[in-house]
Amino acid sequence: MSVLVNKNSKIIVQGFTGNEGTFHATQMIEYGTNVVGGVTPGKGGTSHLERPVFNTVADAVKQTGADVSIIFVPPAFAADAMMEAAEAGIRLIVAITEGIPTKDMIMVKEYLRDKNTRLIGPNCPGVITADECKVGIMPGFVFKKGNVGIVSKSGTLTYEAADQVAKAGLGVTTAIGIGGDPIIGTTTKEALELFMHDDETEGIILIGEIGGGLEADAARWYASQKNKKPVVGFIAGQTAPPGRRMGHAGAIVGGAEDTAAAKMKIMSESGIHVCTSPADIGTTMASLLKTVDVTK
Amino acid sequence: MNLHEYQGKEILKSFGVGIQEGIVAETPEQALKAAIQLQKETGTGWWVVKSQIHAGGRGKGKISGTDQSGVALAKTLDDVKRISENLLGKVLVTIQTGPQGKKVNKVLVAQDVYYPGESKPKEFYMSVLLNRSSGRNIIMYSTEGGMDIEAVAEKTPHLIFKEEIDPKVGIQPFQARKIAFNLGLSGNSFKEMTRFVMALYRAYDSIDASMFEINPLLKTSDDKIIAVDAKVNLDENALFRHKDYEAMRDKSEEDPTEVEAGEHNLNYVKLDGNVGCMVNGAGLAMATMDIIKLAGGEPANFLDVGGTANAARVEQAFRIILKDPNVKAILVNIFGGIVRCDRVAQGIVDAYKNIGNIPVPIIVRLQGTNAVEAKKIIDDSGLKVFSAIQLKEAADLVNQLLKK
Repeated sequence: MSVLVNKNSKIIVQGFTGNEGTFHATQMIEYGTNVVGGVTPGKGGTSHLERPVFNTVADAVKQTGADVSIIFVPPAFAADAMMEAAEAGIRLIVAITEGIPTKDMIMVKEYLRDKNTRLIGPNCPGVITADECKVGIMPGFVFKKGNVGIVSKSGTLTYEAADQVAKAGLGVTTAIGIGGDPIIGTTTKEALELFMHDDETEGIILIGEIGGGLEADAARWYASQKNKKPVVGFIAGQTAPPGRRMGHAGAIVGGAEDTAAAKMKIMSESGIHVCTSPADIGTTMASLLKTVDVTK
Repeated sequence: MNLHEYQGKEILKSFGVGIQEGIVAETPEQALKAAIQLQKETGTGWWVVKSQIHAGGRGKGKISGTDQSGVALAKTLDDVKRISENLLGKVLVTIQTGPQGKKVNKVLVAQDVYYPGESKPKEFYMSVLLNRSSGRNIIMYSTEGGMDIEAVAEKTPHLIFKEEIDPKVGIQPFQARKIAFNLGLSGNSFKEMTRFVMALYRAYDSIDASMFEINPLLKTSDDKIIAVDAKVNLDENALFRHKDYEAMRDKSEEDPTEVEAGEHNLNYVKLDGNVGCMVNGAGLAMATMDIIKLAGGEPANFLDVGGTANAARVEQAFRIILKDPNVKAILVNIFGGIVRCDRVAQGIVDAYKNIGNIPVPIIVRLQGTNAVEAKKIIDDSGLKVFSAIQLKEAADLVNQLLKK
């Protein structure tokens, strides 16, 4: 098992023929991801990276049976692309695009409410199931196959965590980058829930950052569960000053549960093993799973 | 993007939102002319002279070294001139500016709206913002206007109301009526408030705002509803469809180094510490700041060089960090994914040579693609650069260097 994507997932790329789309689709294909085609309105009927290009997502789904779409469409058109994918029956949308207006995302969130479509992102590194399927922009080689699930708001910090996991002799089932925007499709709690119900995942790393209440919600849900897998948590931005935006649009300390300290406290009280230092994520997970193999 | 009060009010007025009228001025002479004109247009007997800076607490704030408040009532034209002279070109220190304060480049000469009449004036609070947990906008309002809303939230949370807007249909009149009822209004002021709320939300939605805060929101003695102050923030991601508002950006209000960094597409926030940092990715950048603190330092900045950490960007980032005289060491933390570490390492070596004299030690931690080759490039360069591969090693190096 694993969550969200595996070797059987059929992926299309929206914004396939653009620079970003071409570069990352090539990397995804090299990783072994089953990219079945792409969508660029007006270029339907042509071929790109030895795969068919379609005018609409509906055409692509009909012709290829795609169930997952990754979006590299520019910010002004990204919301439209997400709604088109949902309308066409895509099961999982991974939106990489950064800088989408909040108003557009309010509409997308509303549009998806009664659809059977899960959105990951936007402004995220994507999803990867180690050695099977990479739907994102992350460096694939960092993710060694194993039993740890990762959910994170941040891209490079996800790579950091996956690398530490590998150095500690462990590996990753699936890593989900949920994105750092104020409005995102899949929350920390929902990602955590996916891992808790995945047979293969034995431990979970939860990486959050200042701003919003996602980590607190996830922690409270975790506390309410009976059968728990060990969770290691880290919150970036312990030293961030209030009111200043730290790169990610959502990373502003505002309300009472927004600060790193408040989030870490709620997580600890909920039974999550919180690391103060980002250097300790891998070793903490290893000590919890007690499977450190020194020969690796 | 933050706007000045006078800019925010200008936008609100264009959407039919009632405001306290005013005219902006950059010199005492202009302020005087503005006051005379305003008297003609509105019939106001007194005026309020308001400093225009990007920070709250102006009324209680004082001009550095004097007893002049940042917002003051002028009962005569002489008062207008005198107060404007006291404010313009001076540094205003408020609870939000920090001790260094902010220079007042403009004042808003506004009408006096607290005039006596048939009923007493009454102050309210109203804001529009995103409720992140539901992914919908809300109107937050309170009968307790004119004071710090955080204090109201703490002491009397039951006096704060929230009204969520369904994005499919936008704000509906029944919601505006509910708000006006909850604020205890009746008769003409009730009608005025429903009109105000409808116009305010339409403005918010139309301009891609990320926050409105109207505090105080005033019912005048003759039952008009007007915004006496207006804090308007715009969604930076949506400025591409509002070029006219983009032109309202006042760069003099922003940290000059942050503006320069922005022009080079570097995401930089200046902080007060002694260890500078350069990182790829916002989350890892924040985590690196935390590591610096744990190692006994204080982060001097947040700096995300983004996905393409090439030599030119690295050099620019070094130049920006080095503008801060408090920086005693720099920690470079790059997790190379698609970016190869050896290229970044070469970029660091080149940047070092181009800048000439970097007076502080640099700790470089390169991890990911080709990290080992990268370390060799750094170690062989003969520069005063300490290299690490693990995050822990980098933290220890910071700690050792700070102890020296």
